[in-house]
Amino acid sequence: MPVQQDVVNTIAAFALFADLTSPQLEEIAHLFDEAWFADGERVLRQGFSGSGFYVILEGAAAIRVNDVDRATLKPGDYFGEISCLLGEEPVADIVARGALRCLVLPARQVESFLTAHPRVMFRLLQGEARKLRNTTRWLS
Amino acid sequence: MAELAASPFPPGRYPLIVVGSGPGGLQLSYSLSRLGIEHAILSEDDAPGGMFRRWPIFQRMLSWTKPYTPFDHRTREYERYDWNSLIADEPDQRAVMPGLMDGSSYFPSRPEMQKGLETFASRTGIRVRYGCRWESTAREDGDLVLHTSDGDFRAPVVVFAVGLAEPWRPPIPGLQEAPHYGEFRPVGTYANRRVFIIGKQNSGFEIATGLLPWARQIILASPSATTLSVNTRSLVGVRARYVQPYEDHVLAGGVLILDASIERIERQGDGYRVVTRGAHDTGELVHEVDDVIAATGFTAPLRDLPELGVATFGQSRLPAQTAFWESATAPGIFFTGTLSQGFAGLKKHGMPSNSGAVQGHRYNARVLARHLAETRFGLSLSRPRIEPDAIIPFLLGELTRGPELWHQRSYLARVLSLDPDAGILDQGIQPLAHFVDAREGDAVAVTLESNGVDDLYPVAYVRHEGAVREHVMPPHPLLQFEGEAYARDLTAALAPILSPSLSRR
Repeated sequence: MPVQQDVVNTIAAFALFADLTSPQLEEIAHLFDEAWFADGERVLRQGFSGSGFYVILEGAAAIRVNDVDRATLKPGDYFGEISCLLGEEPVADIVARGALRCLVLPARQVESFLTAHPRVMFRLLQGEARKLRNTTRWLS
Repeated sequence: MAELAASPFPPGRYPLIVVGSGPGGLQLSYSLSRLGIEHAILSEDDAPGGMFRRWPIFQRMLSWTKPYTPFDHRTREYERYDWNSLIADEPDQRAVMPGLMDGSSYFPSRPEMQKGLETFASRTGIRVRYGCRWESTAREDGDLVLHTSDGDFRAPVVVFAVGLAEPWRPPIPGLQEAPHYGEFRPVGTYANRRVFIIGKQNSGFEIATGLLPWARQIILASPSATTLSVNTRSLVGVRARYVQPYEDHVLAGGVLILDASIERIERQGDGYRVVTRGAHDTGELVHEVDDVIAATGFTAPLRDLPELGVATFGQSRLPAQTAFWESATAPGIFFTGTLSQGFAGLKKHGMPSNSGAVQGHRYNARVLARHLAETRFGLSLSRPRIEPDAIIPFLLGELTRGPELWHQRSYLARVLSLDPDAGILDQGIQPLAHFVDAREGDAVAVTLESNGVDDLYPVAYVRHEGAVREHVMPPHPLLQFEGEAYARDLTAALAPILSPSLSRR
């Protein structure tokens, strides 16, 4: 369903969308859907097909692997991009911690969205690079 | 006054109250009555039908009812082909719509749709307190209190079926004064005029289609690109009936469709000046037009429910709900009809449920009635036993012909529980999200799903030892899921739960 009008102002402050003009932010607000999850509700389900790319607008979510919480996500964070990019099922559950409001784009639209918005693609790549760096540090 | 005295449901306390007499309220009332659940229905209208008493503007539905199909009108299987009738348990009450249509189109006219809802209500004996306007709400001693134009009503459970009825306009400077979709004038008054339509959903394209023989120029604009249902393979996007203005545009016939944000609207003489700016270029465009129409959608008329804690989301301000359509944040407040789309379900591959439309939410209402009966009224509904060798044919039959699965893909599912002591029980139709997030008991849920690219296909969710696994089966070119290959696939998927249940019998 289409998003609330406050979304444009909210996402303008997110690093992922920092380089966009206001008509581009409006386009994103129209292109993405808005989704709402209650405390404890699963947003992504480990091993289920057909997920999407999510950006948190309000609230928090836990990354849960085999019933153990590994990390917490907050507004401006995103998830689901790895399974969208690889065309694979998520390897973790994402679970709402308190009420959670997100933007969501279905996996099959992610490629065309990113190629049409190269600045978002670059920011996303930076985010993935940070995750990789942190994992490498942790492993070493 | 005599008429008022004859009105059912005087102010007072009831076990359950339904607000609204559109298709959602009528379907729920019917389903509650068949379970013997006492309830009142209140409606501010003076007759059944809800929004279909006024809209669509051009007086024809978007959803079809096929008069001739492989199934008799009196069967449950026929419901797959009839998107507009409310659903009944008794064969004689089924398929009201095909009997009322004049045969000129398989899309009923708006008056035919209204007549269909009125006919269902009168044939099935649904009584409504009409002309009773719900004005505000309070909580008192565990009850919800509805303050209405007829006095106070109270109940521990209230189900709101009030539709998406409140015109909404985005906060674009100057747009608040422009007419909304609901204020469209008689079409002849647009003859030889330049019309700017804001919004590229079905309502915008419906108006553009109707204006094709009248307007001198038609411009449709909104920030993102047009989507067509034939491309998304879902109800997302402009439906085929309204695609003509799009074809006119792509063939450069004169209709303009712009992917642009609307910066501002200014009055200019008797007309308007509309300024737009594209997402991928910096230039402003100025359009001088005679009329502006905001086809920008509707919101839920929830009055003061947010003050009672009902959380809402999205442009339509839909109430956030649990899998059984209870407010996720305000217990005892439920929703049915088109508002039931506030529980999105799994929405796999981005495919929404059809809960926004009659052919989807009529099933939600039946599931909700059963849920309320068991959780709020202490009823224990029967669950037919299935013999082990009937499991596979039963599930494949439901996948091939079960109307709930065809209309509510990846949203409602047929569920069987398998317990070594209780045996194999048909648990009926359940919300899929409820099934996959519950942990207890070996069980299987089957549903149909779409991924937006392929034909739809069956999926089984098998719950065993507290975990649910998904088994996606391939599509079939003729949509027949009863062949050997499907039987083998489903048998293999069920192996972990079939063996323990069978071994103890």
